[in-house]
Amino acid sequence: MIVEAVMFAQAGGQDAAEKFANATSSGIALGAIYALLALGLVLIYKATQVLNFAHGAIAALGAFFAAYLATVVNFPGRYVSFLPITLQWILSALVAVLITAVIGLVLERLAIRPMIGEPLFSVVMITIALDIVIRTITDDLIGTTPRPLGDPWGAGHLAIGPISPAKTEVATLIVTILTLIGIALFFRSRYGVAMRATAFDQEAAMAQGISAGRVFAMAWAIGAGLAALAGIFSSVYPRSALGVSGTTAFFAFRALPAIVIGGLDSITGAVLGGFIVGLAETFAGVYLTGATWSFLGVGFAGVMPYIVMLVVLLIRPYGLFGTEEIRRV
Amino acid sequence: MRNRPRLFVTYSSEMALLPTWTQKTAAAIFLGILVIIPFGVIPGLGFLADNDWLTILSRVAVYAIGALGLHILSGLAGQVSLGHAFFVGVGAYTAVILGGEASRTLWGLALPIWIWLPASGLVAALVGALIAPAAVRVRGIYLAIVTLGLVFIGEWIFRSAVAMTGGAQAGREFPAFAFRFWKEETPLIDFSADGSWFGIEMTSEAKTYLLLLVFLVVAIIVAKNIQRTRIGRAFMSIRDRDIAAEVMGVADTRSKVIAFALSSAFAGMAGALLGAFLGRLVPEGFSLLMSIQFVAILLIGGLGTVSGTLLGAAFVIILPRLVQDFTGLLASTVESGTGFFSTVSGVFVSTGLEDPGIVSTLPGTSPGLNVFQLNLVLYGLLLIGFLIFEPLGLYGIWIRIRNYWKAWPFTY
Repeated sequence: MIVEAVMFAQAGGQDAAEKFANATSSGIALGAIYALLALGLVLIYKATQVLNFAHGAIAALGAFFAAYLATVVNFPGRYVSFLPITLQWILSALVAVLITAVIGLVLERLAIRPMIGEPLFSVVMITIALDIVIRTITDDLIGTTPRPLGDPWGAGHLAIGPISPAKTEVATLIVTILTLIGIALFFRSRYGVAMRATAFDQEAAMAQGISAGRVFAMAWAIGAGLAALAGIFSSVYPRSALGVSGTTAFFAFRALPAIVIGGLDSITGAVLGGFIVGLAETFAGVYLTGATWSFLGVGFAGVMPYIVMLVVLLIRPYGLFGTEEIRRV
Repeated sequence: MRNRPRLFVTYSSEMALLPTWTQKTAAAIFLGILVIIPFGVIPGLGFLADNDWLTILSRVAVYAIGALGLHILSGLAGQVSLGHAFFVGVGAYTAVILGGEASRTLWGLALPIWIWLPASGLVAALVGALIAPAAVRVRGIYLAIVTLGLVFIGEWIFRSAVAMTGGAQAGREFPAFAFRFWKEETPLIDFSADGSWFGIEMTSEAKTYLLLLVFLVVAIIVAKNIQRTRIGRAFMSIRDRDIAAEVMGVADTRSKVIAFALSSAFAGMAGALLGAFLGRLVPEGFSLLMSIQFVAILLIGGLGTVSGTLLGAAFVIILPRLVQDFTGLLASTVESGTGFFSTVSGVFVSTGLEDPGIVSTLPGTSPGLNVFQLNLVLYGLLLIGFLIFEPLGLYGIWIRIRNYWKAWPFTY
């Protein structure tokens, strides 16, 4: 599809090139959100062998906390009112991420820890059940209308050469890059090494004195925090101009194709898969519209990630970077 | 033999549908009760003859038929599927294209029920068999995500194929339950209108309930028979240890494809029945939530058993009604004055904007969950509770009760 878009751009001249560049930039920004979600999912999966279907609900909950802190209670802004507005909002968002990380800890302890070693079906279902509970409570907290997040960037756009990304998109990309660097540094730290060791071989790690339970808790806390971050950025202007609403939780289901494309147990794959899914969805939204494509109906861009996933899986059943399961008799 | 209930001297008697006399009598009594429910003659269960309860019981029957399909795929063959709603949708829309009325914008052939009902199962099975070879390439958690993708893609197809489905939010009318030989004006047997059968005045709800009960019994017998024949044993061997099964000569891919096809056939017929029973379906109905509902039926009832599946279907479908009645009761105790119970329910129920509580009885923005949300939360919490504390589900609870009474008054 990218090739097709390039050809289209050459034929159409400057306007088409600009359209393509803008689609690419917003695709990368969307991909950054998916990459954050996918990163959290893969961290949790690698550490605990649990695929967290409740990720979207946790993301929406985090976005709700950010909206509530920033617009209703003005925390911590009310104590640091001398700081610039942008910094105050960032602080509220950070507090929201921390609260969500703590909720991730609690969820792991209450619902996931008892399920370690249970059959796959039960573990899948327990996260789905968590998704139902958290999503319903979040919906109720949000109320009937979407809640604006009160971010300082609003609907502003920048002009960088031919592209004009929204300010929030630039912020998303910067935050994602910072997060990726942070995660990479974390993996070099004492706790990160413990987590990698546990993911690699749980028994050997425990024999070395690593507490597997603490690693599980850490993975869920980080995963939930990343989900909240992604939830916040998926509830601001271009994604959802009105703020966090009931649909925010469903948004995160599209990160599942991202991690499948990358391979469930590969961090690199998750990030790459996130960007692939983001670009595919944006290009489908930009180019597959109009009279020629009207047979596709509404909302085709939303199913594009799943179609890409099916195609990748048909070629590589364990994703691009996933380790193939070795079957021994 | 009467004193040795577990002694089987022939293979066929051990593999019988109902191997013991106790089971035969219990099944007969239970079926008898189910049949006479709509006549309201059972003391204590008379309220079940009300039309709204009959509707709920009919819905239980439809969902049980669909869940029996998932039981074959997930319970017997051990394949995690979140895509059951897609096959239910395929069946429903096959039924409506064959049996529905055509209009300027909609397709419909207005064929009789004996064509559209089997056809909906067949087409769904065909679609299942087409998708299965791709799905069985992936295993475990990958399969769960692929089937999840199937639901989202399916929902989009249903929303886009306006000529078949009536389009998003609008939906379309489904054929009613009525038996015709061909397209004659007055049906031979009309299940969707009140009338008398053999001199007994019956409502349309009662007729529909009895019809669906017959379908359910047939579905149970088919599912049970699948379980105890060669293919069912192949499914179970793949579930328990797929490599060992392959070594023993069970064709892995072929069995999984058959499991998908059989499961989709049940799902498709359940979809057709659901459409005819509800009268109108919107494409958004075949969503992830419906798939989850089927999986929840299996897990709450007890994975891998037919009786567990039936128990689960009854539990999951009746629960919303019980929650609704319970909140109604709480709200009425709050309103009806003072006393201990009124105070207790006052803590739970929110009756206005300023009154905090878990459940709200007012529509709109009052604090607290509304009845629908409370339902969803309870449903999720129940699933979590069952998975953590009773992985065998309701069936497991029943087994424990039975074993306790078997040795009564001794505990061993």
